[in-house]
Amino acid sequence: MSTQASRSAARLMLSPAVGLLLIWMIVPLVLTLWFSFQRYNLLYPDRSGFIGLANYVNFVGTSGFLDAILNTLILVVGVLAITVVGGILIALLIDQPLWGQGIVRILVISPFFIMPPVAALIWKNMFFNPTNGLFAELFKFIGLRPFDFLGQAPLGSIILIVSWEWLPFATLILLTALQSLSSEQLEAAEMDGAPPVKRFWFIMLPHLARAITVVILIETIFLLGIFGEILVTTNGGPGNASTTLTYLVYKEALLDFDAGTAAAGGVVAVILANIVAMFLMRAVGRNLDA
Amino acid sequence: MARAVTPQRKLLNTVLAWAVALLLFFPILWTFLTSFKPEPIAVASPPQFLFFDWTVKNYVDVQNQRNYFDYFWNSVIISLGSTILGLAVAVPAAWSMAFVPGSKTRDLLMWMLSTKMMPAVGVLVPIYLIFKTLGLLDSRIGLTLILTLINLPIIVWMLYTYFKEIPGEILEAARMDGASLMSEILYVLTPMAVPGIASTFLLNVIMAWNEAFWTINLTVTDAAPLTKFISGFSSPQGLFYAKLSAASTMAIAPILIMGWFSQRQLVRGLTFGAVK
Amino acid sequence: MGQIILSGVTKRFGDAEVIPPLDLDIEDGEFVVFVGPSGCGKSTLLRLIAGLEDTTAGRITIDGRDATGMPPAKRGLAMVFQSYALYPHMSVRKNIAFPLRMAGASQAEQDRKVEAAAKVLNLTSYLDRRPGQLSGGQRQRVAIGRAIVREPSAFLFDEPLSNLDAALRVGMRMEISELHEKLRTTMIYVTHDQVEAMTMADKIVVLNAGRIEQVGGPLELYRNPRNLFVAGFIGSPKMNFISGPEAQRFGAHTIGIRPEHIGVHPTMGDWRGVVGVSEHLGSDTFFHVHDTGLAPGLTVRAGGEVALRHGDTVFLTPEADKIHRFDQNGQRL
Repeated sequence: MSTQASRSAARLMLSPAVGLLLIWMIVPLVLTLWFSFQRYNLLYPDRSGFIGLANYVNFVGTSGFLDAILNTLILVVGVLAITVVGGILIALLIDQPLWGQGIVRILVISPFFIMPPVAALIWKNMFFNPTNGLFAELFKFIGLRPFDFLGQAPLGSIILIVSWEWLPFATLILLTALQSLSSEQLEAAEMDGAPPVKRFWFIMLPHLARAITVVILIETIFLLGIFGEILVTTNGGPGNASTTLTYLVYKEALLDFDAGTAAAGGVVAVILANIVAMFLMRAVGRNLDA
Repeated sequence: MARAVTPQRKLLNTVLAWAVALLLFFPILWTFLTSFKPEPIAVASPPQFLFFDWTVKNYVDVQNQRNYFDYFWNSVIISLGSTILGLAVAVPAAWSMAFVPGSKTRDLLMWMLSTKMMPAVGVLVPIYLIFKTLGLLDSRIGLTLILTLINLPIIVWMLYTYFKEIPGEILEAARMDGASLMSEILYVLTPMAVPGIASTFLLNVIMAWNEAFWTINLTVTDAAPLTKFISGFSSPQGLFYAKLSAASTMAIAPILIMGWFSQRQLVRGLTFGAVK
Repeated sequence: MGQIILSGVTKRFGDAEVIPPLDLDIEDGEFVVFVGPSGCGKSTLLRLIAGLEDTTAGRITIDGRDATGMPPAKRGLAMVFQSYALYPHMSVRKNIAFPLRMAGASQAEQDRKVEAAAKVLNLTSYLDRRPGQLSGGQRQRVAIGRAIVREPSAFLFDEPLSNLDAALRVGMRMEISELHEKLRTTMIYVTHDQVEAMTMADKIVVLNAGRIEQVGGPLELYRNPRNLFVAGFIGSPKMNFISGPEAQRFGAHTIGIRPEHIGVHPTMGDWRGVVGVSEHLGSDTFFHVHDTGLAPGLTVRAGGEVALRHGDTVFLTPEADKIHRFDQNGQRL
């Protein structure tokens, strides 16, 4: 519904954004592709040249490759599950009549403002530390042996930190969605004889579907790139126990100085991310249109 | 839900909600408290909460170790700069998509968003080399540019959802009233979209402030923002809890306070307009 | 001046032809109403004239100049939208002044013209309010005010009254008619309400599926509808249609007779039927008569005091010279 003039104006106004993103996407990608077929180690810059798929074989053959994929999946799915379920529960709670709702909201939202390195440092040192972290104190207090979170359950600990960072986001979106549910619908269901649990299951949850979709979409985008938290807390270890795909590539590039293999890893990561993106966009795009 | 609840029920809600809220907030509170403790108290067992000799020595030490304000100003410049630059590019784009939608608009939006899924590490080496070649390493301009690109898809999407809520008839009325495209956007669309633009602005300042991959990997000192400042405390200084807490508090306080004050607009922005 | 000529104007959205080639002349100073059911293309036609949509083919001439490719702002037209489309962030004064500001008028001229328009529209005491603080009727007047100050060669109205309640609608109808009397500027008015069309128009354009069914004055359309569509659309309550043997008796495929042209008598007449639902309006009564054997039901107008009950038998007599005859294609004979 528009004129030729406004359509061409639209194209003109769209082009800077599209152009920038295209460059941002294509240039590094092409360079990465190029490096991925080269012998390119930052320590031996003189040894270079085309080496075919060797970098890919090298990267995929890394002992940690499959672990990294699995860890990435566990991290993303784990955080999504915790934040969505936790977010729904907290949102339901805050939506009830209570004193000091405004302050409660501010407190709940706060972790969202914390930069990842700070979050990771606080949790690592002041909570997870097995000798004088707060959790160790708590365990001692209730008569248990302190638990070495980052040593014994590195991935779980990272999931805990990241969930703490993202729970406010999920809670707020779900709370906003809950508040938009017309009370008449709930009252109608009550008149129809639905007990609270069924009202939640048949009325509230379907109403939240769209909000949950948004949470999953946005969080996945950010969770796939989780990096700082791992770097600060476990460095991917012990062994490969908390190495994600992102971190594995980083290790190749900056710890082993093997830019060629890192580039191959980057390409693999980009391909995998795009597969995830495709699934997600399919599922979500439709849901968002409504 | 205009139905009255019993005071007992409300009390129970209040207690539960406050418990959850304090639990989520506790790490921040604990950091804040610890930042005022003398180092031995910070690791005392059992932990000390409020009754210790409060001191600002940790802040002084941190400041002596590295000048906080250098990092602070870099953070301010980079996050504001990238957000403003992003808005300048995104407003026209969002206008196009919201008011002159084509059959490909939805795909275009999804494509933009999908560029955010590209793992940053995958392209770190080429970007690093390009920056090195162009002399952009450790420069505010380079970092501002990168953060603009990273957040652009989110800015476009947020603005798009806000613009969608503005009835197209009003823009058509402006066109009939003789407004040029520039006047239409400047005098009619932008003022109407101020709340949306404001929350987009706030959210992106926060995201840029907290971005920790590019800011750490592409800077050394000159352009280093607070993320770099704090990462310098990871080890072995991390063992000095009080100093670590002071540094952490300094790094997060500005954005935390801004977030609290703009909470209302932010909540709206956080939902990306996709949830009403 | 405000003479608008459409020749061969066509609009396609993709494969869908919304408006097949269409010709229409609108004379300067005329009040023209586009009327038709929803989806008939009347709003699209108005937007083509406004320049908010491109024509796929054909020419639009405004005051002798080819305006087909001109942007809306250059056409010298003003438009009042269904939603009023007021700028919510500007005061009433700023809203009305906006077109003048865009045209680069001086502050003094803006003030003078806004004051004048406000006086005409009884808005003087509301000038510093925001649109959100006004009632529907007041918003409507602000939208009209914004159109007036441009001194356009023609006004375009897109269903401007459909968001108002019934009483207000009648009032605004009169105000717009009076405005037209005062300004004598061309007005093109789109509505789906045939009452608005009949009461306001100099010339009615009946549209159906993008095609012009008939153009003419209100009474001309009422008296001589060119086809079944116009006959059924113009007039309230609707014209009764009868087909079959009774129609053949008149040498037609279908005959039409308006409710007000049928006489009612308790004992004698041409057609016999049974009274169903009756609607008492005070001045008039409309009876729905069944079991005539002619059509599923006939609507008949009688005086307000006629007392007939549900189930009574009545006799109906059409006024012979008021019977409209149509062939099997629905065209007037």
